[in-house]
Amino acid sequence: MKSADELKTATSLTSAKDITRVQELVYEMKVEQVMAHDVITVDPSLPMSELRALLRDKRISGVPVVKEDILEGVVSIEDFIRYLAEGQPNCSVSERMQRKVNTLFDNDSLVRAVEEFDRLGYGRFPVISRNSGKLVGIITKGDIIRGLLKKMEIDYHAEEIHRYRASHIFEDIIADKTTLIFQYKVFSRDFNRAGETSSGLKKTLRRMGISPQIIRRVAIATYEAEMNIVVFTEGGEITARVTPEEIRVEAVDDGPGIADIQKAMQPGYSTAQDWVRALGFGAGMGLTNIQKCSDEMHLVSRLGEGTKLEFIIHLNNVFINAAAHHN
Amino acid sequence: MKISEVIKILDCKVFTGEKDLDREVELGCGCDLMSDVLAFIKPGSILLTGLINPQVIRTVEIAEIFAVCFVRGKEPTEEIVNMAKDRDIILLSTTLPMFEACGRLYYVGMMGGYEVSR
Repeated sequence: MKSADELKTATSLTSAKDITRVQELVYEMKVEQVMAHDVITVDPSLPMSELRALLRDKRISGVPVVKEDILEGVVSIEDFIRYLAEGQPNCSVSERMQRKVNTLFDNDSLVRAVEEFDRLGYGRFPVISRNSGKLVGIITKGDIIRGLLKKMEIDYHAEEIHRYRASHIFEDIIADKTTLIFQYKVFSRDFNRAGETSSGLKKTLRRMGISPQIIRRVAIATYEAEMNIVVFTEGGEITARVTPEEIRVEAVDDGPGIADIQKAMQPGYSTAQDWVRALGFGAGMGLTNIQKCSDEMHLVSRLGEGTKLEFIIHLNNVFINAAAHHN
Repeated sequence: MKISEVIKILDCKVFTGEKDLDREVELGCGCDLMSDVLAFIKPGSILLTGLINPQVIRTVEIAEIFAVCFVRGKEPTEEIVNMAKDRDIILLSTTLPMFEACGRLYYVGMMGGYEVSR
């Protein structure tokens, strides 16, 4: 089968960066997701004389021999031919079947299944439940290819829906200029909730269909800004403004303000107390990180009054392209 | 490298993600400072850390990391375990100190984000 070679190529990772969707899927998907669940099986007591009719009627070349859901062996057309050639009297399939059978587990990854097909050259593997030890299915190379294609089709549709949403949020609103505003409250020293704002904003942007690279930058910068409010201030608010051109995030707090902004901007400079450092923060990298993730950053602070941090990430028309794609 | 191999190499205890041990981690990152994690970690890395609190889970969620191994025998609290479960993050723990844990993975060929980005 030609596609089997393609599958093989797909599973041999050339470089860490070069992962195609198929490669991702063969690692993610499990045997049970693509295997056939309805397996034709025979009882060990079935006479060999009845095997031929069964294989012919079902158009199969072999069949698992099962007693009380437990796989005892496999009997194939080859076993039948050998039995005929030897001219033996009629007997049960259990006497002629192959007892040593290579199997796969239901929760094996597809990449493992592909390796086994490749290594052993068989056309099919019985699938055993890793929990119960019972026969639960059977898998062929064709099942794997069909499973992958189906999953890619589903993913493709999901992606389409994403784009649809993303484009229509701005398209359906009739205005000369549209800005979506998301506001979040950030509480001082509340470490149980610290991170909820950035996590929430991240999910929201994902639902809008914004590209993962952009989301990652917004999420990291917002998380740092959020931690700064939690750690150093009396609380504040984070506001994200999304337009087709940019995402603008504003983090405002009520003090105490930054004494020396220039110093605060130096990588590694921090006024954090030990308890903050014990939480893994206060390394003096926060503002540096925000600057690194954003296209523009503005920081204004007055001692005793508060701080306003604003950063902007350009959407580089990714959003608009997605919209145009659907027109 | 599969997570299951990492578990063998570091002799890890598994707290969450038993079903996902076939997943592949491309890179390793050893770090106790969450800001540094945010600044430098590449998606698809496993984070080795001596820090153990809910912020570790928040940080890896934001940084798109799906596997964390606590070093020096630290074990996550129930709260941390539940947070990780909700986010499909694999949590492991090894008794090895940070240096040895990173060293073992590096020795068998796992790379760091810095080498890859160069």
